[in-house]
Amino acid sequence: MAQGFAQWGNDLYTGRKSYQIVGNRRRFYIVAIVMVVLSFGVLLTKGFNLGIDFRGGSEFVVSNVTETDQQPAIDAVAEVAPAEVPRVTTVGGAAIRVQTDRLTADEVTEVRDALAGAYSVTEDDVTTAFIGPSWGKDVSQKAITGLIVFLALVGLVMTIYFRNWRMAAAALIALFHDLIITVGIYAAIGWEVTPATVIGFLTILGYSIYDTVVVFDKVRENTHGILDQTRSTYAERANLAVNQTLVRSINTSVVALLPVSAILFIGAFLLGAGTLRDISLALFVGMAVGAYSSIFLATPLEVTLREREPAIKEHTKKVLEKRAALAAQAAESTGGATDDAALAAAGVQGAGQLQPGSHQGVKAQPRRKRGH
Amino acid sequence: MTLAVLILALFASIFAGTKWSDASTTPGLALDLEGGTQIILTPIASEGEVTDETIQQAINVIRQRVDSSGVTEAEITSQGKNIVVGLPGTPSDETLDLVRKSAQMRFRPVLTVGAPTPVESETPAEAPAEPETPVVPANPSDLAQITPAVQAEFDALDCTDPKNLTGGLGDEPDAPLVTCADDGSAKYILGPVEIEGTEISNASSGMGTTPQGVSTGQWVVNLEFNNEGTEAFKDTTTRLVSLPSPQNAFALVLDGLVISAPTANDVITDGKAEISGSFNRESAALLANQLNFGSLPLTFEVQSEQQISATLGSEQLEKGLIAGAIGLLLVVIYSLFQYRALGLVTVASLGIAAVLTFGVILLLSWTIGYRLSLPGVAGIIVAIGITADSFIVYFERIRDELRDGRTLNSAVEKGWDRARRTILASDAVNFLAAVVLYFLAVGGVRGFAFTLGLTTLIDLIVVFMFTHPVMQLLARTKFFANGHPASGLDPRRLGATTRYAGRGRVSRSGATADQDAPTVDAPVDEPFDRPAREKVGAGASLGAASAGEGSRMTIAERRAAARRAAESDATTTGSSTEGDKNEENL
Repeated sequence: MAQGFAQWGNDLYTGRKSYQIVGNRRRFYIVAIVMVVLSFGVLLTKGFNLGIDFRGGSEFVVSNVTETDQQPAIDAVAEVAPAEVPRVTTVGGAAIRVQTDRLTADEVTEVRDALAGAYSVTEDDVTTAFIGPSWGKDVSQKAITGLIVFLALVGLVMTIYFRNWRMAAAALIALFHDLIITVGIYAAIGWEVTPATVIGFLTILGYSIYDTVVVFDKVRENTHGILDQTRSTYAERANLAVNQTLVRSINTSVVALLPVSAILFIGAFLLGAGTLRDISLALFVGMAVGAYSSIFLATPLEVTLREREPAIKEHTKKVLEKRAALAAQAAESTGGATDDAALAAAGVQGAGQLQPGSHQGVKAQPRRKRGH
Repeated sequence: MTLAVLILALFASIFAGTKWSDASTTPGLALDLEGGTQIILTPIASEGEVTDETIQQAINVIRQRVDSSGVTEAEITSQGKNIVVGLPGTPSDETLDLVRKSAQMRFRPVLTVGAPTPVESETPAEAPAEPETPVVPANPSDLAQITPAVQAEFDALDCTDPKNLTGGLGDEPDAPLVTCADDGSAKYILGPVEIEGTEISNASSGMGTTPQGVSTGQWVVNLEFNNEGTEAFKDTTTRLVSLPSPQNAFALVLDGLVISAPTANDVITDGKAEISGSFNRESAALLANQLNFGSLPLTFEVQSEQQISATLGSEQLEKGLIAGAIGLLLVVIYSLFQYRALGLVTVASLGIAAVLTFGVILLLSWTIGYRLSLPGVAGIIVAIGITADSFIVYFERIRDELRDGRTLNSAVEKGWDRARRTILASDAVNFLAAVVLYFLAVGGVRGFAFTLGLTTLIDLIVVFMFTHPVMQLLARTKFFANGHPASGLDPRRLGATTRYAGRGRVSRSGATADQDAPTVDAPVDEPFDRPAREKVGAGASLGAASAGEGSRMTIAERRAAARRAAESDATTTGSSTEGDKNEENL
């Protein structure tokens, strides 16, 4: 299989095999729009299952319990505050978490004693927490400020690095797509949104852009001096770049997802609710979506945007016209050939960074062997 | 190698630290891993803005209270406008109350001063005992307020005991107060509150000037009162100047402790006082800050108060580390599978990165008191993927260059040239994200951003100082240069294209030196057979006429391809003018 994969990578690199990702960009746009709309739908209808950090309230964690039955906890809370409907969850192997609305200091002490009694543990094993309702708001406000500052900075850095604001714009649109879909999927799964989740969402920012930068770097390399040749269009070169980085994208995504899925697995099945589980779910979804969008959304978007530039627009037209002329010529000489033959005659190249005056010369000469 | 020196220096300093200082070989753990209580307070000013200085002052007040209550290693930091107090273990309710309480600044007249140590016997002659205990004192400085009970309390008070320097005591404004100086150097009996700190409108420190405006060269603290304060201060000073020492002094009481007790020398009518004495720049600034803090009494709103049990924290840490180990193992397996022997370079690089990360975290937890938190651990685990990606980008570039027919040596150099740029750009973006998160976020987000930024930097160090040099070395070994199938850099498997080698010879570089590997060994459907000989017809597995393969076609090949295509019926999907001829529709 590894061999097949390597072979596949070779074919992608040389252009022998090429997926029409840029060519079929409309299809991917539709997919992206549908996903984003669905995510919004989930957010509007289902909404977030906000954690205690955002709701505010009191929390008790009973550790070192011998049985993780939840009923004693519910009874213990009902004893002290009958109106309360506590949320009881199991955390890890031997701990119970009980969340209630905000209780008074006396009630907290009573509930703590009741819980210690119900699970026959000492009072030291019951920890209490109180979270004010504005704490979570504070966190999310900071997160949103961070988001805006980050986007502005990244837009600036990318514009400088690629010397083209359209690339930065495409990357940022893809980023929004990732973020919204990740948030939507998280809401759909229905796990609690905690500050850890917010951390996860924020990390996706960096990761998604990171992924896109790697692909765009190849696009830039492939389209360097594009206007000096008339063999392929910008879109074709960009498409080649995506195909050439496909193996890298897959390897990277797998490598990045493996540790995250390890945390997710352990978090979800062994630890239960908690920082690790929440952060890893957000990351897992975000990284997967980010890898997808860097290939299927960012580059097509970039091509769409770049093709609006007059120079590139004109160039594309020129290439296509020339190709049509060559094809017609070839068809004449072979006596009515098919499209394929005509195209072959036109010498459409998938691979090869053909640039006039740069692909030959001393670089094409064999190098002196060392060590022999 | 620089890297070896770097690592050596890192661990040598840590080792030296453990030997001669208080560094340790395990990183400090944050509350969520170690267990403890975290209280997040938002200071709220009754009026005006909460400035950074007042928050700093509030932190000092809280620290003073916590430290003297006997809790060690409390962590009190400000995060934006919030104050985060971390207390290890399970602190008592009294300690928690101390933290939550707001601090106030008040002016009280001094009735008497004493040495900080408790006095056993009868009061010394200096403090006159007033037998006739009038209920209503004539004025706030009336020594009649020192009742036997107050005197007894004063005698018993031991200001050398840190317990008595906690502050935050019951501070009845109308009753006399027996208390200590905040540094424990003296004890006082003070009259009732005369002026509230809120009546200070401004305090600043600077060089004192004579009435002629000439600098005296002494540090002083300038104090300004608002209208009410001016009135009250005038009354107080008028009364105090005529009194004998120590009754001519008034005490500045912050949080129940005397921070300063200047003597009134003149009647101050304009509400602008100057406190002079043995100040230096720091102490003058400190007092000015404290006075300013007093002018804005903050009340603390408890945002959250969390107790984290130590067992739960350690369970999370343990499971998190297990997850990290599993993740690392999976990455190792995958990269060995994908890159064969080259995967070992990945593994070694990841290993070095891990060692460096551990070292730096140790160093930071020793020098700046960094504590590793659970989100921080998550950040490190996530970084495994990002670090490994740098190697993947690099290796894929080398492979690309090999496919173009370079020798390994030049492929490594050329690939590095290109990969370096990509790695730098993408790491810059990542680092940017970490920095923005660190400075704008609160709580756990910070710990996460910190490790993320740290590992990004370490990633750069490792790639530049380890992975690339190692690749350069490896490229010289026979195993890799000849493209052994297990090296992961086998040009045949990578389908290196033929290239014109001059003088009519065609060389398949990378494989040229490899006589004992005949072309027959070539795996999978003859990827580098000359296209002219290829028997791939239209409609073959590729789904479209596979005319030109490889990167360059001769004229003859092109004609042949055209002919072949013409012969076969055009059953294929006619590629659009825009598409590549080998397209495979998705």
